[in-house]
Amino acid sequence: MHALFGWLNEKWTALIEWLGLPDFIVPAGQMVFDGICVAGFIAVLVLFLIWLERKISGHAQDRFGPMRVGWHGCIQTVADAIKLIQKEDIVPARADRWVYNVAPFVAFAPTVIAFVVIPFGDGVIVKDLNIGILYLFAITSFAVIAIVMGGWASNNKYALLGAFRSAAQLVSYEVPLVLSVLGVLMLAGTMRMGGIVEAQSSMWFIVYQPLGFLIYFVAATAEVNRTPFDIPEAEQELVAGFNVEYSGMKFAMFFLAEFANMFLVAAIATTLFLGGWKGPFQPYIPGEVWFLVKALGLTALIQVFRWTYPRLRVDQLMSFAWKLLLPLAFLNIIVTGLILVLR
Amino acid sequence: MGGWIYTIAFYVCAALLVASALGVLLLRNLFHAGLSLIAALFTMAALFILLGAEFVAGIQVLIYVGAIAVLILFAVMLTQRIAEEKVKRYTRALLPGLAVALALVIVMILVTTGLTGYGFTPFATEDTVGDIGKALLSTYVLPLEVISLLLLGALVGAIVLARKEEEK
Repeated sequence: MHALFGWLNEKWTALIEWLGLPDFIVPAGQMVFDGICVAGFIAVLVLFLIWLERKISGHAQDRFGPMRVGWHGCIQTVADAIKLIQKEDIVPARADRWVYNVAPFVAFAPTVIAFVVIPFGDGVIVKDLNIGILYLFAITSFAVIAIVMGGWASNNKYALLGAFRSAAQLVSYEVPLVLSVLGVLMLAGTMRMGGIVEAQSSMWFIVYQPLGFLIYFVAATAEVNRTPFDIPEAEQELVAGFNVEYSGMKFAMFFLAEFANMFLVAAIATTLFLGGWKGPFQPYIPGEVWFLVKALGLTALIQVFRWTYPRLRVDQLMSFAWKLLLPLAFLNIIVTGLILVLR
Repeated sequence: MGGWIYTIAFYVCAALLVASALGVLLLRNLFHAGLSLIAALFTMAALFILLGAEFVAGIQVLIYVGAIAVLILFAVMLTQRIAEEKVKRYTRALLPGLAVALALVIVMILVTTGLTGYGFTPFATEDTVGDIGKALLSTYVLPLEVISLLLLGALVGAIVLARKEEEK
């Protein structure tokens, strides 16, 4: 991977020099290339994840799931995407048009730029920022704004209720989420995603931070609105929650962001707790494969949760976050700090 | 890349910041004003990044955009018919507000031009996060603790006030 990107970069620089264009086109072109890589990866990834979700749902309910289009329905999602593109774009008559139209992009854009700091392999990272993990949490906190915008602008009581629930839930679970990774940061001594993976050369952090991993994973499941924390879009109560009025491509944007976010939290968990691209038989099995196996495994686990646990009620949801996860996260930080000092 | 790209980026961000800050004041719909506030806070984070203060930018987005602005939007949504045009958007405390704003402008001018003895020396380090952490827990440990106590007091006070309303 690394060699391929290096080769491409060399050829690109040579081409610009040969054409006699100004220097700043070289980094500009690299940025465009990075953007295309990330967007393309997300598109393919989400097509796969939606298929996986339907397959897992199907088998959990003792049926097959999609079977018609392609081998075991593997290109069903492509057919669905083509259908969604063709659909008429409907805006409710009394909607706040401007906010309504912008909301799907506010949902999708942060997800794309969050992928910039995910280390897929040794050196396979778009930009290894020195505030890596902080950047991720900051940028993904935009998800709730998109949901609130979509829910409010739709002028629909179900959408508004979904937005309410979502705002309350996401703000609450963000606190234990951020606190749960502090133990890892204390062990690694850096916020750089690449550095955190390097610090796990001898042992994965899940061994030292089992509690941190559990808190992170539970809070992350809530952050991406998955069952058992899916009251913002509880189908039986709210039809579909904040996105009930959306149709066609705008609905697809919300959907895309949701599935990409699910992979994103799994990828962060892989980087922070499961050793990122590190794994046995390293030269023969590339690090990128290890990373994808771990991250997709965690994503599949989140999808299995959906068919394993019943949905939490609003009051249970809040007391769980504030009275259980938050004190445990503080406990984790204190114990980690004490051990680091006394060792 | 030359310095002129940074100059362009700075002026674009500054213009966006002023425009969205004006939006907060002038937009008739309170929900739109809230969204404008988010845009203002976000462009401010962009300015921090241009200044090389990535950590402050990250915290700015995480705390102000991700939590405080969302709570403001939440409050706007919970209040019935607040987004309608009839709602009064200004309080009577116009004069004190203006006085505070004026005082702030004067202080900012004094500090940035270095007329007071307190002038700051800008510096850039490789490890911003580490330096901030060390400074907070050594040189500035007393202010940090005082601010924590103040915030704790505000938190308890808010709960007490909210409780009182409930009992009535």
